[in-house]
Amino acid sequence: MSRVSEIMESMEYGPSTEDSSAARDWLARRGSFGHFIGGSFTAPGDVFETRDPSTGEVLARVTQGTADDVGAAVKAARKAQRPWANLSGQERARFLYAIARHVQKRERFLSVLETLDNGKPIREARDGDIPLVARHFYHHAGWAELRDDRFPDHAPLGVCGQIIPWNFPLLMLAWKVAPALAAGNTVVLKPAEYTPLTALAFAEICQEVGLPAGVVNIVTGDGATGAALVAAEVDKIAFTGSTEVGRGIASALAGTGRRLTLELGGKSPFVVMEDADLDAAVEGVVDSIWFNQGQVCCAGSRILVAESVAERFEGLLRDRMARLRVGAPLDKSTDIGAIVDPVQKARILSICQRATAAGAELVGGQPQEGCFVAPGYLRAIAPANPGMQEEIFGPIATLSTFRTVDEAVELANNTRYGLAGSVWSESATVATDIAARIKAGVIWINGANMFDAAAPFGGYRESGYGREGGAQGMLDYLSAPAVKSAKEVAPKPPVAVTSADAAKPQGIDRTAKMYIGGAQKRPDGGASYAVPGGLAPLGSRKDIRNAVEAATKAGKWAGMGGHARAQVLYFIAENLSARAQEFAARTSKAEVEAAIARAFHYAAWADKFDGANVQAKPGHLVNVLPEPMGVLGIACPNAQPLAGFMSLVMPAIAMGNAVVVVPSQDDPLPVTDLYQVFDTSDLPAGVVNIVTGPVADLAPHLASHEEVAGFWHAAGADLLEQVDLAAAGNLKPVWPVPARDWTGAQAQGQGFLQRAVRTKTIWLPYGALPAGSGSAAY
Amino acid sequence: MTGNPGTDLRTDGFADIRINTPAVERRAATLPARRSLKKDHQAAWLLNAVRCIDLTTLAGDDTEDRVARLCAKARQPIAPELLSALGVEGLTTGAVCVYPTMVAAAKRALQGTAIPVASVATGFPAGLMPLDLRLAEIRYAVDQGADEIDIVITRANVLRGDWAALYDELRAMREACGPARMKSILATGDLKSLENVARASHVAMQAGSDWIKTSTGKEGVNATLPVSLVMVRAIRDYRAQTGHIVGFKPAGGLRTAKDAIGWQVMMNEELGRDWLTPNLFRIGASSLLGDIERQISHHVTGRYSAAHRLAIA
Repeated sequence: MSRVSEIMESMEYGPSTEDSSAARDWLARRGSFGHFIGGSFTAPGDVFETRDPSTGEVLARVTQGTADDVGAAVKAARKAQRPWANLSGQERARFLYAIARHVQKRERFLSVLETLDNGKPIREARDGDIPLVARHFYHHAGWAELRDDRFPDHAPLGVCGQIIPWNFPLLMLAWKVAPALAAGNTVVLKPAEYTPLTALAFAEICQEVGLPAGVVNIVTGDGATGAALVAAEVDKIAFTGSTEVGRGIASALAGTGRRLTLELGGKSPFVVMEDADLDAAVEGVVDSIWFNQGQVCCAGSRILVAESVAERFEGLLRDRMARLRVGAPLDKSTDIGAIVDPVQKARILSICQRATAAGAELVGGQPQEGCFVAPGYLRAIAPANPGMQEEIFGPIATLSTFRTVDEAVELANNTRYGLAGSVWSESATVATDIAARIKAGVIWINGANMFDAAAPFGGYRESGYGREGGAQGMLDYLSAPAVKSAKEVAPKPPVAVTSADAAKPQGIDRTAKMYIGGAQKRPDGGASYAVPGGLAPLGSRKDIRNAVEAATKAGKWAGMGGHARAQVLYFIAENLSARAQEFAARTSKAEVEAAIARAFHYAAWADKFDGANVQAKPGHLVNVLPEPMGVLGIACPNAQPLAGFMSLVMPAIAMGNAVVVVPSQDDPLPVTDLYQVFDTSDLPAGVVNIVTGPVADLAPHLASHEEVAGFWHAAGADLLEQVDLAAAGNLKPVWPVPARDWTGAQAQGQGFLQRAVRTKTIWLPYGALPAGSGSAAY
Repeated sequence: MTGNPGTDLRTDGFADIRINTPAVERRAATLPARRSLKKDHQAAWLLNAVRCIDLTTLAGDDTEDRVARLCAKARQPIAPELLSALGVEGLTTGAVCVYPTMVAAAKRALQGTAIPVASVATGFPAGLMPLDLRLAEIRYAVDQGADEIDIVITRANVLRGDWAALYDELRAMREACGPARMKSILATGDLKSLENVARASHVAMQAGSDWIKTSTGKEGVNATLPVSLVMVRAIRDYRAQTGHIVGFKPAGGLRTAKDAIGWQVMMNEELGRDWLTPNLFRIGASSLLGDIERQISHHVTGRYSAAHRLAIA
């Protein structure tokens, strides 16, 4: 029997190996790599090996970056930054365009190099990573051109330090470098130690297109090099990687006021409703956790399926899983390639082992010879199981069931992460509702792992903050117009009063209290301190606890809608206006006017700070929606107590947040007098909670509370480091609000609203008829 | 050969079908990209596609001589020197497919071979003739010697959701086919929505079709991978529900060797190896064979052949 006849019997696919000679020739030619600093490669220093994880073969030697190397790179970037920023938008755009074109011209080479270094299937590098890299540079060439039109008066940040992971090496580089350059920044980028090669090839592209020296600098190395970059004199750090390292970076930068964006881990829910197209959902699992060996931060790794269809879904899932081919990454018929490194393989296996030890059942997911793990999933798994809690970062999903929509949402949100989520339902009514309820930065309805340069990507909760892609991503590489700063007034130490030193009563004695859950509350500690006009309650951490609890129960506020919130804010303005003289006596006419103006202004915005429908891919309705953070902590400036409070609280609640506020320490009574205004203005209980007292104690407690999703710190630079450190615990973003004249024009505007929301990107692929049946598009 | 006895009409078998069209299209787009065939493997898969072709002529100007020429090509679809270079013997197409009045000519031309003759019937391609005439046409074709009958469904029954009417007609046609095997053409280009395609597939299978077939080749849109994917998944589900095995025939959209590979990959990935045989997979095509032969010629000689050097049907 001839060979062809034999194959006609077996109908095997046979090997189909992508030619890697061009990439190997390049590696042989280059030998050992130095860093790319100031437009040229340095001589190799202390080198380490980078390997093909599928074979263990050494591909190249790259240099371990030292603090000096990082320093030299930052210096080169600093030198290049001003001239780069001074180019016209179009001049910068031309460079980004040229990079996009050169990436396309070397598509095959870059795909193969990525596959060699990372172990991902060549099909994914070729059809996924590299085309998206080009797309990112195209899109951001456009942003370079349009920066000043779209973001008037904004300026680049300066030098950005960027640290990227090993799962999508060149794509993550593109996500970082393209917006930074478009905005007029220069960068020092550190690729992951496992996968530095495409970044070094990218350096050659920068040379080819004549990018000015120092605009892009690449320093290779491990975590120590990354730490050196975090410690260097850069204006921003952008990091994608593990939550633990992200927390470390947030702590390291505490108190510096430097910009930071973090794109961290995830354990994203994958919700299959009973009216879903189950085949589509199964294929969604393939595109989620069985994509890139499951080494995907936004992978839908927690499959939650309606009990009524669970059996059928699991049957389909098993059959589909059995057809996945684990094998050589360069083989074009491979579905699952190599895990990036034996260390990662061991980590995957260890979590699976702990998961099964804790009672879960592992289907598939067996280790294979070499750096390979077969696709699998953990079933019969409890919420507390380590396999359900921890990000496995391997081709292993979890599968559990739910009974009803509310239970699906509860399970979906039962995680410390909030990067992404998938929802599968053929009902637009059901799917869009679940999309709104899942706390995550990206939601795919009837889809998974869809990406585009125009669609912002980034997390909620411990998945980090900041967005990459689209206008939202650009804002993370730009600084808003500077604020005319005002002098901060340091608070005087609060002294608990005993008895006799209280102010003389005039008329009937009034007692200022705290405001928690819509009621006036005595401080838990039962003490007061002397302030102008009388005594203020001396709040403590227990009062903070109570206030945050009350705020978490004010969730309906967000669901009321912009119009209803506007009514309340207008009513606050009205009632405050009616008592203007009384408040002016406490503060000043200017402060009261500012306070009324804030309520009126943000009432106007409440139903107008809209999201956008972005042009990502045809056939996909992609909406970028601003959502409230949730519970926002606010520490007010010590000066201008009423205007400061209202300038911060009004925008925060206008967007649907509930707030816990520490008002001016020295002069809180103008704020405690507001309770009656709030009560008569139909402000629901728990939306605004106020704890008076020593801000140096209260602010860090508030910033460390894990129910608090964000923190605005306007209570003095001295406290910032402490607040930053406290906030790093659950990775909430801290806005160090610069001191200013709180009655002035710069105390109000969209900048406050932007900080009061984070965007959720919702992808909804649509199509009643097969593609090509019509050209209607959103 | 395994027959499909069908079942009673069971609308619950397809009542809760949900099909997300963009998701089907994504899967269909990546399916061919997920598997790559090179060299001998590619040649083998292309020759396998030839085995599965229903070599077809369904034109108003068909004559008996034209049909005889088609049959000659069916007997020897690939030039003998190419086949012998590959060490493959006895390769024929899966069947020839003609109009009822050409069945006798085809049978004569295929004498001495095992190549079945398929006949379209039931008022092909629109099917809008009285039922008794359509059934009579089936009987005529069977009487002429047709081994397989490619019937067309009444699209209106699908568009109106009249599953009982659809089922009853198909049952009657199945009956009329007698010993001949029945392929039911759904004319998916007329049904438009993929959920319609899936429901019609189920009814056709429940009524006892041996194959379900996408198109007549005369609709605006004929076989596409997304439509095919929906139909093969229906075959999978029907098998899970009843244990009966049904074949699939895409028709009218496959023109290139690459298409032939893509569809086979889909059959293998979605249904399995058994659906890579002519018993369960047919490709309704006429020009496809020429492109496959050119690819085979290139595989053997290392040169791309000119179309005029290869024998036409």
